[in-house]
Amino acid sequence: MCRLAAITSKDYISPMEPIFALETMKEGHDGSGLGLTLKDLGGEFLKLKKYPVLSGICSKDGKKTLDDFMKRQGFTLKHEWRPKIRPVRGIVAKDHYFARAYDYPASFRNKPMAEKEDLLMNARLSLRKLGESDQSIFAFSFYPDVITLKEVGDPLETAEFFGLDKDTLSARIVLAQGRQNTNYAIYLYACHPFFIQGYCSMTNGENTAFVPIREFLSGRGCPGYMGYNSDSEVFTHILHYSVRQLGFPLHYYKDVITPLKAAEIDKRPDGDAIRMIKQSLRPLCIDGPNMVIGFTPDGTCFMVQDSKKLRPGVVGGVKGRYALMAEECGVDRAVSKRDRSKDIFPMKYDMVIISPQAQEVKVWNQLHG
Amino acid sequence: MEPASRLDHNHRLSLKEFPYIIRWRDDRCKRCGRCTAVCPVKAIEATVKVQRTIRSDGPLPQPSASRSTVQVVEQVTNMERYCTGCAACALVCPNEAIEPEFNPSNKLLHYKNKGGDGYKRGGRRNDPSISTLDRLKFTRISMLTDPALDAGRHEFRVRTLLGRVLSPEDMPVAVANGMLKTDPKSNVFIPPVREIYPIMIGSMSIGALSPPMWEGLAMGVAYLNEVEGMPVVMCSGEGGMSPRLLRSRYLKYFIIQIASGYFGWDEIIHALPHMVEDPAAIEIKYGQGAKPGDGGLLMAQKVLKLISKIRGVPQFVDLASPPTHQTQYSIEESVAKMILSMSMAWGFRVPVYPKISGSKTAQAVLNNLARNQYAAALSIDGEDGGTGAAYNVSMDKMGHPIASNLRDCYLDLVKQGKQNELPLIAAGGVGKKGNLAANAAALILLGASAVSIGKYIMQTASDCFGDENNRCNICNTGQCPRGITTQDPRLYRRLDSDKVAERVVEVFKAADTELKKIFAPMGRSTELPIGMSDGLSIDDEAMAKRLGISYAC
Repeated sequence: MCRLAAITSKDYISPMEPIFALETMKEGHDGSGLGLTLKDLGGEFLKLKKYPVLSGICSKDGKKTLDDFMKRQGFTLKHEWRPKIRPVRGIVAKDHYFARAYDYPASFRNKPMAEKEDLLMNARLSLRKLGESDQSIFAFSFYPDVITLKEVGDPLETAEFFGLDKDTLSARIVLAQGRQNTNYAIYLYACHPFFIQGYCSMTNGENTAFVPIREFLSGRGCPGYMGYNSDSEVFTHILHYSVRQLGFPLHYYKDVITPLKAAEIDKRPDGDAIRMIKQSLRPLCIDGPNMVIGFTPDGTCFMVQDSKKLRPGVVGGVKGRYALMAEECGVDRAVSKRDRSKDIFPMKYDMVIISPQAQEVKVWNQLHG
Repeated sequence: MEPASRLDHNHRLSLKEFPYIIRWRDDRCKRCGRCTAVCPVKAIEATVKVQRTIRSDGPLPQPSASRSTVQVVEQVTNMERYCTGCAACALVCPNEAIEPEFNPSNKLLHYKNKGGDGYKRGGRRNDPSISTLDRLKFTRISMLTDPALDAGRHEFRVRTLLGRVLSPEDMPVAVANGMLKTDPKSNVFIPPVREIYPIMIGSMSIGALSPPMWEGLAMGVAYLNEVEGMPVVMCSGEGGMSPRLLRSRYLKYFIIQIASGYFGWDEIIHALPHMVEDPAAIEIKYGQGAKPGDGGLLMAQKVLKLISKIRGVPQFVDLASPPTHQTQYSIEESVAKMILSMSMAWGFRVPVYPKISGSKTAQAVLNNLARNQYAAALSIDGEDGGTGAAYNVSMDKMGHPIASNLRDCYLDLVKQGKQNELPLIAAGGVGKKGNLAANAAALILLGASAVSIGKYIMQTASDCFGDENNRCNICNTGQCPRGITTQDPRLYRRLDSDKVAERVVEVFKAADTELKKIFAPMGRSTELPIGMSDGLSIDDEAMAKRLGISYAC
């Protein structure tokens, strides 16, 4: 089972912080990979917030393909961050790891954000297609104020490999996943967190309803609903579909993935709507065992469980800094000075929602709506 | 020179030509006559023979012959009265003196066409081999990577939807104060949807079934709903329903079928203003898996007073339903019209769906229905479905196996993103070998929203003799020895409707437990695993490829 560590904070934090928390949960992951997503960037990206950042990996040949593609699309490079790679035993370094901020093509600069988001997603998908067969290009995210890093290896050693301990890279939200490779061969596109148009999530557990969910999402006409090298990628896409595409408030994500029973729906003030959701989105019901941690474009973070709550998850912290972890020891490492009695262990009806910059924590209960 | 006696017998068939050969034991038989009385086809008869006995009583061999007359039970060699192997004789024999034995080298089909008419029978396709459904295995078991669920402890929701489901993009919901509300002023048509148990009882009419058989099924269904809390629904078949049932609150557990003969619909339409509940759905029958492209037939001898009243026809006339609806001109026009007419009759509160026989053309029908917002589902009846009467050639040689037909249709819907909008109901051979839950689950994993059972529940609830070695299968004659498919009170009095109902309940409760035993290890309990094809494997590479599942050996 993968171990998950996320921190949301009003201050900019180093990505090392959730990685140290992951280290405390080491018994629970086998070090087969590290995935990191940073949102609301600080450091050298602080003044580049409006520019989309392309995160990925490429070979020498891939770099040329990538540059040519971006040029053809009309993107202009504003800034590039590259990790200062330190050789670590067991991790085979690829040619280029990068996070590049681009300016939009001139024709898109004044377009609405939704159109820009589609442009960015399509560009990322095109790059993925260009480099997937020979693994010359990996494109993980392409979105303003977001960076994604992924590599195969032990999380702490991978962080060392990327030189994150000495880097100025920082962000207000960091999602980190220590991968426990169970079902699929180690492949970077199978590594959490997954990202699409500002929505990001990572999951532990195994998604037993993966195939029907994948088939349902694939038929929704969104080109970004592809890949699915991991059964957990669908959680991100369900989030994106429910909130962005269908326009549901965030907490309905819970109603989509773990619908209530008929008698429980009758008691909800919005019963008519969720009854309809339960029917129309029936294939998106997850059957667990899963715990999902994610964020939305406005910087809201959340944790949610499957309806049988077969996976652990805990949220704890203080105003301005909250940790969302797979295990209590991770919260202890991330926010040691807090009132532990106020830690939240979301149960099967709960969704923990933390407002941007960790100002407020709400536990939304599905039974009461 | 040929002996005259041999020439005299040359026109007769030998017993070797017959599908079942009666093994009668002279030493056990007490000549009570029960076997000959019970035989539904008069294949055996009591007769007398002259017996010549040679005896030698003294110390030296001095043989002498004596002749005596003995009573025996003899099988006739008339193909019109062939032994069907039902074994009713064995059932009534007090001394186990008689039983039929299957003769695999029989030539029934060579001879069963006397008078120039093809062989007609009841039952299903005579193929006792293992069907595709029975070869499917559930191979994705949640093991150490994740905990399997406990079928006895976890809460399960084994339910499905019957009715057109709105696409998520069309839901008339809007956000108000952070909450989703349905828009009452929306022009979007919200189709009626029922939450039902995923195993339905398929269409078997009053007429094809005897009164106690149909009543027993209906009582079982009502009990399952009202006492066991299992929303099992049952289809009326073509032939209407009892007027009292139409006006009762139990109507909601029944799907009313309309087929090409429209039998019973006069009564149904007249009952409409008096209905206190809507039916579960309306099924428009366009085809039947057992006899694709063929119509229905209720023979005159089964059209007694009750049937004539329910169906609104005179007594003792053959009731033929044409192979196709006479109003049917094209799928685009007439099927759509029929769906609309039926929907309108119940104020668009009742799901209306067509049932077709499994066919290579199923996808064409499916795609038409996918574009029709009033089409509530598509029921596909595969070649292994049963019937009360059909030509043997239709049953044995016509039709499409359900597994690949259903899978093609499901994947077609997946391509269009409509797999949740138009439920597929799969039928035809579910439980053929007794594996009801496993067959149902396999079809669900291949993409069925629900399965429909007819022959299986009929056999299981009433101890029907029929099998795929053509045992019994005389449902068409009205001579059913169990009283299941007859309108003859002397025969149907043998069947106790209470016992049938009891068995229906037992079967569904057992299937429910078994379904959980399948779904739990696969980690599924909240929603039905429709289309979870990664859970299935088969031991044949070509079949695996065809169904888009894995090959395991």
